[in-house]
Amino acid sequence: MKRLHLYTRFERLWHWTQALLIIGLGLTGFNMHGSWNLMAFEQAHWWHVRLAWGLVGLTAFAAFWHFTTGAWKQYIPTTERLNAIAHYYLVGIFRNEKHPFKKNEVSKLNPLQRLTYLGFKVLIAPVMILTGLLMIYYNLWPQWGLNWSLGTVALLHTAGAFLLLLFFIVHVYMTTTGHTVFSHIKAMITGYEDLPEEEVAAAD
Amino acid sequence: MQYRKPPRWLWVAAIGCLLIAMGIFAPRAALADSGPTTPQPSHVSTADHSQFPSLQGPFENATDVTKACLQCHNEADDQVMHTIHWTWEYKDPVSGETLGKKHDINNFCISITSNWARCTSCHAGYGWKDNNFDFSDATKVDCLVCHDTTGTYKKFPAGAGYPVSEPKEFPPGSGKTWNPPDLANIAQHVGEPTRANCGACHFYGGGGDGVKHGDLDSTMANPPLAEDVHMSPEGANMVCADCHAESGHVIAGSHYNAHPADTHGKDLPVSDGNPATCESCHGNAPMKDPKLNDHVDKVACQTCHIPAFARGGKPTKMWWDWSQAGDKARGVEKDGHGWVTYHFKKGEFVWKENVVPTYAWFNGYLGFTTEGQKVTPAADGLIYINKPHGTPGAADSRIYPFKEFRGRQAYDPVNQLLIVPHLFPFNKEDKTAYWKGFDWAKSFEVGMETADLPYSGQYEWDETVMYWPITHMVAPAEQALSCSECHSQQSRLAGITGVYIPGRDHNKPLDAVGWALSVLALLGVVVHGGLRIAASRKTAAHKS
Repeated sequence: MKRLHLYTRFERLWHWTQALLIIGLGLTGFNMHGSWNLMAFEQAHWWHVRLAWGLVGLTAFAAFWHFTTGAWKQYIPTTERLNAIAHYYLVGIFRNEKHPFKKNEVSKLNPLQRLTYLGFKVLIAPVMILTGLLMIYYNLWPQWGLNWSLGTVALLHTAGAFLLLLFFIVHVYMTTTGHTVFSHIKAMITGYEDLPEEEVAAAD
Repeated sequence: MQYRKPPRWLWVAAIGCLLIAMGIFAPRAALADSGPTTPQPSHVSTADHSQFPSLQGPFENATDVTKACLQCHNEADDQVMHTIHWTWEYKDPVSGETLGKKHDINNFCISITSNWARCTSCHAGYGWKDNNFDFSDATKVDCLVCHDTTGTYKKFPAGAGYPVSEPKEFPPGSGKTWNPPDLANIAQHVGEPTRANCGACHFYGGGGDGVKHGDLDSTMANPPLAEDVHMSPEGANMVCADCHAESGHVIAGSHYNAHPADTHGKDLPVSDGNPATCESCHGNAPMKDPKLNDHVDKVACQTCHIPAFARGGKPTKMWWDWSQAGDKARGVEKDGHGWVTYHFKKGEFVWKENVVPTYAWFNGYLGFTTEGQKVTPAADGLIYINKPHGTPGAADSRIYPFKEFRGRQAYDPVNQLLIVPHLFPFNKEDKTAYWKGFDWAKSFEVGMETADLPYSGQYEWDETVMYWPITHMVAPAEQALSCSECHSQQSRLAGITGVYIPGRDHNKPLDAVGWALSVLALLGVVVHGGLRIAASRKTAAHKS
């Protein structure tokens, strides 16, 4: 076994803050949508807007951090061995095969993760933040020369919310597919993951 | 190789960003208007009317008081005689229609024609008892009904606008005596109109306290704060004329010319000519929470700030069935509240208090029906005497609250006319009036003849509807509607189209696909996990 320091303090704080914000946004957002009724509409809205601003602030800072530290390179997409990884999760995992992706501190995301997280960062998050901000600044649309319908913007925002819900379900499940059931979650809490030697890539 | 370690200042900046973003969130507070322009205190007069020799009296009758007023206020008669309070006539500048009480039909007391002496007890004049009233006679202007400050000036309910000159009982047999007012004393104590002055007529529209409007009844003379923040002595203590501001006796604000979408905003320093709208004092972004201000392009202030009407402890009439009138054996019936539910002269009533309004898009035009205007029942069987006009989502329209008033009244299906009934006798000998002879056929014949309208002799009792805009009885802010009153599946605005209301509206296909995929994903991970557990057990068994 080898102990890898996979996630920096910032990454862990960022991840868990973002997780809490998005869970809160989902609970309050679907509450406002009328999907459930955990709280009154005004409370849901009060929290939703504040959590949203928290997420905007966090996202702005995280983007800055990614660029200043070079961490953005983790998300450069690749299709290399994507099939092998898909095959692993569909077949190999049941046959006790080894994960085809070897990680280290420099390259810690497998191609499937890279694509998924990149999709979240460049597609879902911007759409959610943009449509959300548009709804917050609804009264300024005429000033901005926008003649859109609230229904359309809300539709995009809801569609994004469903994509996030799908991501959330699969993402949480995938954390259990590590070396042990909780090894991925533990890594995201402590920063360290213990991996069998054969699953560690050679350092550059 | 580990990538570059972030410097310490980056950490400080990160937490700072988060706190700023989540904490002080008030990016548009600066956009909100400051508070309402406060109403001026009542003007202090520069004249003591009790000192004027011409007001010492005694006055033989009310018109003599008017003559005395006009000696000094020599423009007042001309001003008043051009207002709707005198003409009971409104020429709609947009539709070109001639509206007003003189011409309208409603589903309360139906029509003033042939019933003048009773209805014109609320005319700002004296003696309009038939079709021959002289609208150019300045001495017939009633100054006192609006300007009496003693509270002792009373127009007799059936006296064509005059107060009584000798004690008289009304309603007949009620034991209630109307005494002649002390005209000299009243003339010496005139002043600006109070809530009670306007209320003397406007609280009693439709023939009784609170009958007609729903947001105006006698409780509004001194309402508690919870009933009306503006007029309550515990609140702004405003009088009607603070909003319904006048210039030359022309008074702003009328349901004949409503302004549900006042985008001009505050009327100071520059007025748009109608200072009676909410926005005239409060502006177009009056709420502290910017999201609430986001509603003003679609929702009228009244919709949220008047959660219900008839909130002062007095009910308003919601149903009036004339077809049931005439049963003297039933006489007068009251319910447990003491509210009259049947009167042999008028028929059956339903009263309600704390009534949730009906909501509709409204651009200010109500489209009244006038005498002689052909109407036919709509597809739902109802005859709409008026109806809020407005285009869903349009810039000139807002979602606005109304009292929807229904009743049953006589309709001539041959001529397609709502019938003008002759209810109140022209004189002591007149037996054709319904309230004397109790013969509808005769009453309709005389009513229509007096109105100079054709009458086939056939009548049926049809259900009619009217809409009364709700704009008074503004509640304290904390009693304004909560979001979920509209933003929910049980929305008050269930019937409102042309606007996306989060919480009420969904894109059904999107929601169906979204939830279906989520359930599939959950099933998928459960099955995947189950298979993994099964596979690992197999491996473990194999190893052992």
